[in-house]
Amino acid sequence: MLTQHLVILPLLIPMVTALLQLLPWGENPQRYRRALGMLSCTLLIVCAIFLLNESASAPLVYALGSWQAPYGIVLVADSLSSLMVLLTAVLAFPVLWFACYGEDNLGSHFQALFQFQLLGIIGAFLTGDLFNLFVFFEVLLISSYALLMHGGGKLKLRATLHYVLLNLTGSAVFLISLGVIYGITGTLNMADLAIKIAALEGDNASIARAGGLLLLIVFALKAALLPLYFWLPQAYAMTTGTVAALFAIMTKVGIYAIIRVFTLIFGDDAGAAALLGYDWLWWLGLGTLAIGAIGVLGSRDLRLVISYLVVISVGTMLTVFSMNSERSVSAVMYYMLHSTLITAALFLLVDVIAKQRGKTASRIIKGRRMAQHAALGIMFFIAAIAIIGMPPFSGFIGKLLILEAARTGAQVALLWPLVLGSTFLVMIALSRAGSRMFWHTFDGKPGDVTHPQSQLIPIGMLLAAIIGITVFADVINQFIERIAYDAMHPAAYIDAVLGGQHVK
Amino acid sequence: MEALYATTVGMLTACSIYLILRGRSFPIVIGITMLSYAVNLFLFSTGRLVMNELPIIGNQANYTDPLPQALVLTAIVIGFAMTAYSIILAVRVRGELGTDEVNEPNTSDAEGQR
Repeated sequence: MLTQHLVILPLLIPMVTALLQLLPWGENPQRYRRALGMLSCTLLIVCAIFLLNESASAPLVYALGSWQAPYGIVLVADSLSSLMVLLTAVLAFPVLWFACYGEDNLGSHFQALFQFQLLGIIGAFLTGDLFNLFVFFEVLLISSYALLMHGGGKLKLRATLHYVLLNLTGSAVFLISLGVIYGITGTLNMADLAIKIAALEGDNASIARAGGLLLLIVFALKAALLPLYFWLPQAYAMTTGTVAALFAIMTKVGIYAIIRVFTLIFGDDAGAAALLGYDWLWWLGLGTLAIGAIGVLGSRDLRLVISYLVVISVGTMLTVFSMNSERSVSAVMYYMLHSTLITAALFLLVDVIAKQRGKTASRIIKGRRMAQHAALGIMFFIAAIAIIGMPPFSGFIGKLLILEAARTGAQVALLWPLVLGSTFLVMIALSRAGSRMFWHTFDGKPGDVTHPQSQLIPIGMLLAAIIGITVFADVINQFIERIAYDAMHPAAYIDAVLGGQHVK
Repeated sequence: MEALYATTVGMLTACSIYLILRGRSFPIVIGITMLSYAVNLFLFSTGRLVMNELPIIGNQANYTDPLPQALVLTAIVIGFAMTAYSIILAVRVRGELGTDEVNEPNTSDAEGQR
């Protein structure tokens, strides 16, 4: 009974929680809302672990309303989706914990919006239908519009306006691409599309390719690939630390969508539409990587530095993905786990640093000592080492896997210098920021803003998760290699969804 | 009919793109609204244009595809909500910043002034 409905549970938990949180809870509602939110995040983690366990052998397919694919909408949890759901849950728990110390009082309904955001993200990971993917994108976008403005302020407002207008245009392009693809194939189920598109020839295949490339534009906008990344640094740097930390998973939704659609539908076996857009991803990914590195070096605000680190990670992942081998997909997956967790930790940490420094906030200039100088310093040091990619933390392993994934001479010649060069620039930028903010402080008495120890625990948890994926890198890597194998051989996924009835 | 339909969608899209590329939030919002009309019409046509037929298979020789109609309905609902939100947001931006320029003309570098 429970295993039968396990796939839809990660959607129901945040949705029901959000609805409960919206109820009027009397004089002091925030207490109950926080408790509900934390409960939901805990349940999500448990649920995601079960899901990962259950879907390890074969993809779980859940036909909503028992309408069988390809006619009904299905949720599909294969190991890739389940891993992403687990990552979301593991990220959400500490971020929400951190937010419960007053951050959620800055605007109304933060808690409910947080849960709706989780609903949208998890839905995008679990759905097996392209139009449903659009709907879940809208769910996550509309809550992100509100979350991005959380706390108010003029600059935040302008950054949100840019973000909203860009994404509305993106949604329109998404619908156009869905229309093009539906008009040619007559289906929107991803597994069914994989078969139908592979069978197309001539003009129809060209139109399907156009639809696919439009999809790539939409996903690249979400993921923040080179010509479409301009919204990201301002939006992430202007919003509050918790929201930015939660948004660490948002660009990954775009990357997940690219991996899912462009291995399943436009992969090696897609006939006339095979390997659509891979060459674009390669060059644009490299460009993103370079631009991100320049941005990191040029930023004078630590928040902006971290925002550009997100841009770098997106560039790295999409470049590596475009090499199209099992090795490269597994490198992307490991790097995705690493970069999501470490970016979130850094955003939370910078939020604490900015508050404790007072007037100088997160600008990289000489300021006064912070009240919890030593603890913050140590955490920043660990986080910086991890995100730069120096041993002994997961960033090092991630970069190692990425460098190893490049096989041909041309790939090595372009990827290695750019990855290593950007690593070098990030190291310069972060050591400059660290020494300015932690070592070159004014003499005299430290600032008086302190954070309760228990609020720093979530950051510690995220860093512990980083150490965890470092220690268990071998186990994780074996698991991820299976995911990569499944991604490159989508026949099992298609069989699971269509029940083996299709003719190949 | 196809030519008229296609021209309409094309005109709407062209006008909306022109409006979206303006530098003020009001024309952009109008442009996005127009684009969503164009997209809805386009989605509707993906099931092919059929006149006077039922969306039911089996009773008659020709039928009209019901799925695009369902898709359009969803897209209209979502688009409507998003348009409402963007209008409110644009009004707030106009109120708080005193201008509806999308980019502030004078200060371009707002780093670290949160």
